[in-house]
Amino acid sequence: MSARTVRRRIASGLMTGLVAVLSFTAVLALVLILVDLIAKGASSIDWAFFTKSPVPAGETGGGVANAIVGTGIVVGLAALIGLPIGIGAGLYLAEYGSGRLGFLVRFIADVMNGTPSIVIGIFAWTWMVKPVGRFSALAGSAALAILMIPMIARTTEEMVRLVPHSLREAALALGYPRWRTSLRVVARTALGGIVTGCLVGIARVAGETAPLLFTALGNLNFTTNVAQPMQTLSLQIYVYATGPFEEWHRMAWAAALVLMALVLILAMVARRVTRQRYGRGR
Amino acid sequence: MTTLPIEPVPAPPPSIETPGAEPRWTSLRGVNASDRVYKAILTALALALPLLIVLLFVQLFVSALPAIKRFGFSFLWTSTWDPVAEIYGAAPMIFGTLASSLIALLIAVPLALGVAIFLTEFAPRWLRQPVAFLVEMLAAIPSVVYGLWGVFVLIPFLRSYVVPPLKAVLGWTPFFQGVFYGNSLLAGGIILAIMIVPYIAAVSREVLLAVPVSQREAALGMGATRWEAVWSAVLPYGRAGLIGAIILGLGRALGETMAVTMVIGNRHDISLSALQPAYTMAAAIANEFSEATTNMYLSALFEVGLILFVITVLVNAFARVLIWRVARGAAVGSKAL
Repeated sequence: MSARTVRRRIASGLMTGLVAVLSFTAVLALVLILVDLIAKGASSIDWAFFTKSPVPAGETGGGVANAIVGTGIVVGLAALIGLPIGIGAGLYLAEYGSGRLGFLVRFIADVMNGTPSIVIGIFAWTWMVKPVGRFSALAGSAALAILMIPMIARTTEEMVRLVPHSLREAALALGYPRWRTSLRVVARTALGGIVTGCLVGIARVAGETAPLLFTALGNLNFTTNVAQPMQTLSLQIYVYATGPFEEWHRMAWAAALVLMALVLILAMVARRVTRQRYGRGR
Repeated sequence: MTTLPIEPVPAPPPSIETPGAEPRWTSLRGVNASDRVYKAILTALALALPLLIVLLFVQLFVSALPAIKRFGFSFLWTSTWDPVAEIYGAAPMIFGTLASSLIALLIAVPLALGVAIFLTEFAPRWLRQPVAFLVEMLAAIPSVVYGLWGVFVLIPFLRSYVVPPLKAVLGWTPFFQGVFYGNSLLAGGIILAIMIVPYIAAVSREVLLAVPVSQREAALGMGATRWEAVWSAVLPYGRAGLIGAIILGLGRALGETMAVTMVIGNRHDISLSALQPAYTMAAAIANEFSEATTNMYLSALFEVGLILFVITVLVNAFARVLIWRVARGAAVGSKAL
């Protein structure tokens, strides 16, 4: 082996090592954040944390029950508005999306996926808070729904496209009209994938804060009225983390741990569903 | 959003098929009235997306109009932000947005490309799925949690272990001047970097996976080492897509709000030093929108939103075009949560 070959081999080995180290650095960041969350958050989590509303600043105790319920309501409503539109748009893209309009919708969905959520927030404020003169959970849900639609549309399209064409042909050959083929055969086959996409979308908006700042606003009291301002975990973390009290910081870590667990569980469930359906590909 | 376009699709002409759409269905179209209804409903739902993006733009523009009329283009390069005197110039936030995103890219690009290259070219097969999963999980962490971590873990760490040596070595450059109080451009850039790594990595990985195996085999067959094959045959082939992935990450960084708001310091000031507080467009909206009591103040913030919106739309559109050239049509990056 010439010296040059040796040098080239060493260079190759070094670069392999470098990209491996870079990969583990990225993974390390995740591990560090999760470890800090557990270390600083777990000790503050007890039964009261889930069942009580916050106490006034300076007092100890209290919980984030209002924020947990609020997150459920705001995100649930957002899903109610966003999922049908997103899934419908995704079905359109998969079934009729090969033309010019399909291309346009797909492109816009991809571009909107990167739109800053704060911009969606002030848009929702203009349409749903300013006219009625009151912040509301509903406005927050609308903002989250706008964030969800492009995401859900694209994942639904991908999942529907995975359905083998022979299935459609079989259904059509049996005399099924096209809409029934699409809904009863194609969409139903892709259901697992579509559900996954929805879970991932829900998980992502559940952690959003920026679009809720001027819509759902936050609320120290327990409420289930969607026409009123409502607290969510994300808003609560923001307020507590930027506040001056030690006790608040402790609560912020605990709330962050709960929010993170919620999001991770949704994401992992989603992941399991996909893997069972479509194997370990990619 | 509750507004849906009502029946935007005209009834197709009775006899002749509309050309263009999916050819294999052509012979079936128009057979069944319910099929037409089905298609009309789906089309209406799909049209919600173009409608939304147009509405967003128009609404932001209309709300920003008073500020646009009053300040013209000087809004972009003057740096006075005085709500009392009603004079607004967004230069510091535009600078801060670009500077923090630039720092984020400097850190995130090597990391993310390293992940993508490692996962597609070098990692043992059993390691690929778990590592890819863990990196994508970074995208699942909510922004506000990053902010919390930034405030209470990253900033103290920077203060004790990173900034003193940085100042010792590079303190003479304009980029590391002044006293480090914690909240700073540097902290914002680092948080952003961690946040965009999963996006750049996921898209780059899909781009590299789309590079034909024959590219690698050809290079290896000519005697290249594995790294040389990657460097000279794989990366050039996917170049457009990789640049697209980086620009996509840039788009994310530009619009990121909560985490940056919590660590960047929120000061209307232009300073070249990464150790000084700064401001971003998104952070300004998040911080000041609820305090904006006058119409002009509000309008100025809407103009900031409009600028941010237009910039991110352009950046994202450009990135998508680049990525589509490599991995055509696939919803690349949607895998990253």
